[in-house]
Amino acid sequence: MTAANPRLRRFVEPSALGGFWPALGFTLCYLSFFVLLPLAALALRPWELGASGVWRVLSAPRTVSALELSFGSAFIAACINIVFGTIAAWSLVRYEFPGKRILDALVDLPFALPTAVVGIALTAIYAPHGIMGELLTPFGIRAAYTPMGVIIALIFVGFPFVVRSIQPVLEDLDPEVEEAAATLGAARWRTLTHVVFPAITPAILTGFALAFARAVGEYGSVIFIAGNIPQISEIAPLLIVIRLDEFDYAGAAAIGMAMLSISFVLLFVLNALQAGILRRGAPH
Amino acid sequence: MSDPSRLERRSHAARDPGPMAAVFVVLTVGFMAVALILPLLAVFVEALSKGVGLYLNAISESDALSAVRLTLLVVVIAVPLNTVFGLTAAWAVTKFEFSGKQLLLTLIDLPLSISPVISGLMFVLLYGAHGWFGPELRAMGIQIIFDVSGIVIATTLVTLPFVARELIPLMQAQGKDEEYAAATLGASTWRTFWQVTLPNIRWALLYGVLLCTARAMGEFGAVSVVSARVRGETATMPLEVEILYNEYNATGAFAIASLLALFALVALIAKTVLENQFAGDLAAQRRH
Repeated sequence: MTAANPRLRRFVEPSALGGFWPALGFTLCYLSFFVLLPLAALALRPWELGASGVWRVLSAPRTVSALELSFGSAFIAACINIVFGTIAAWSLVRYEFPGKRILDALVDLPFALPTAVVGIALTAIYAPHGIMGELLTPFGIRAAYTPMGVIIALIFVGFPFVVRSIQPVLEDLDPEVEEAAATLGAARWRTLTHVVFPAITPAILTGFALAFARAVGEYGSVIFIAGNIPQISEIAPLLIVIRLDEFDYAGAAAIGMAMLSISFVLLFVLNALQAGILRRGAPH
Repeated sequence: MSDPSRLERRSHAARDPGPMAAVFVVLTVGFMAVALILPLLAVFVEALSKGVGLYLNAISESDALSAVRLTLLVVVIAVPLNTVFGLTAAWAVTKFEFSGKQLLLTLIDLPLSISPVISGLMFVLLYGAHGWFGPELRAMGIQIIFDVSGIVIATTLVTLPFVARELIPLMQAQGKDEEYAAATLGASTWRTFWQVTLPNIRWALLYGVLLCTARAMGEFGAVSVVSARVRGETATMPLEVEILYNEYNATGAFAIASLLALFALVALIAKTVLENQFAGDLAAQRRH
């Protein structure tokens, strides 16, 4: 038993249950093989090019455009999603309407539908002769094979993250608080902006972060509709695939490492922002 | 459309102004119809656009069937692996107190924030022709990248957290009392797990396995990086969709896509049923 060994007791508290060491051992081996070793390769291999080589890869106009497109369109898509996601979460929690339960279940469709399927379906819809393409063409809007197509695909994949982050918080919101605000003479709109909205802001931020993180790395749903023109509609994950096809492992790794690093820094900032909002407590 | 009086919990004073409810519901329905439902319908419309005969031909072609077989093979290996991992990790994390637990939890969730393409890339860096271990493995006659084993490994990484993150919050909430009682009564750890823990988590386990399966079947980015993309050999169903589409065989591509979409719908229905029937047994419901 582990409890018999005082040196080990400091690492794990004694327990009446067994199986700790085998379970932890297996978990660590599994994570090492599937997560840690691969991440080590991603972190180390770019430096085969030397620091100047890594910089040359990352500062190449094609790389910069691809990273800008991936992060920029993920940001725009996440912004659009927090608007419609909040409206959808609100409607699904607060109102009754026909078909509500089916709509609620369909929110998860982007989680279930494979990305390649989403990609060709969106392309069929937004291509010049597709159902949406024909609606947009008279206005001079071209969605397919442009950066706008990238954003449309990223809206699709990110939507459920926002709705599913906000929904449980809205459900738990005590109606009495809103009633109290109303009793004290606050107009409904004022109650919404000063009581409800602050309460769900952390959840909106969570949804934004999840949708954004997912969208930055998205590949399957984007490559069909984007047209993939270098420096115009070529996303960073696609550039990684192109570099790999050229057997430029270090170059591909450098772009991958940069993507992952920027994502983690941004998610860290969002987390800190959220913690700050929570620490201030319930405003007003 | 909306009827605020149905929400009897809320007093007249806290009711939303009339137009707001209508506007919100119209916006929700409109947005979801265009953004989500239209693409889903497009898959089936495109698949059947050249007639049912061509559709049936497309899905019974030998390359299509071998793509289905390969996808099922990958699912049958990756999902049980991650199920065993999820159970083991959850047992270690929720039934014991040890230092570094938070770090372990972060590591388990990490694959969710890695781009699928990067997930595939990392294994190429390790096992590809110019990878760290690639040449040695090749000398031993083992090929991982461009082979089925690479597809399995990449899919396993992408779907690694799905079972664990359904089980961990639930087992955390359930605590250790029942297991302690069984152990005190003299049950072995193994027996305690099978007869006490497992029955308590069965619905959450099923839920996690369902999400894991759905993702494993449809994984595209990671798999496309590590696969040789040879039809009939190393093309999973999503890869077959891409290959056919790039060969301007849209009907064929949408036919395979419609099979994946059908499975996605079945998964959605199963998920909704599980959530409605066993809400209390699913700690992670609505949390992704």
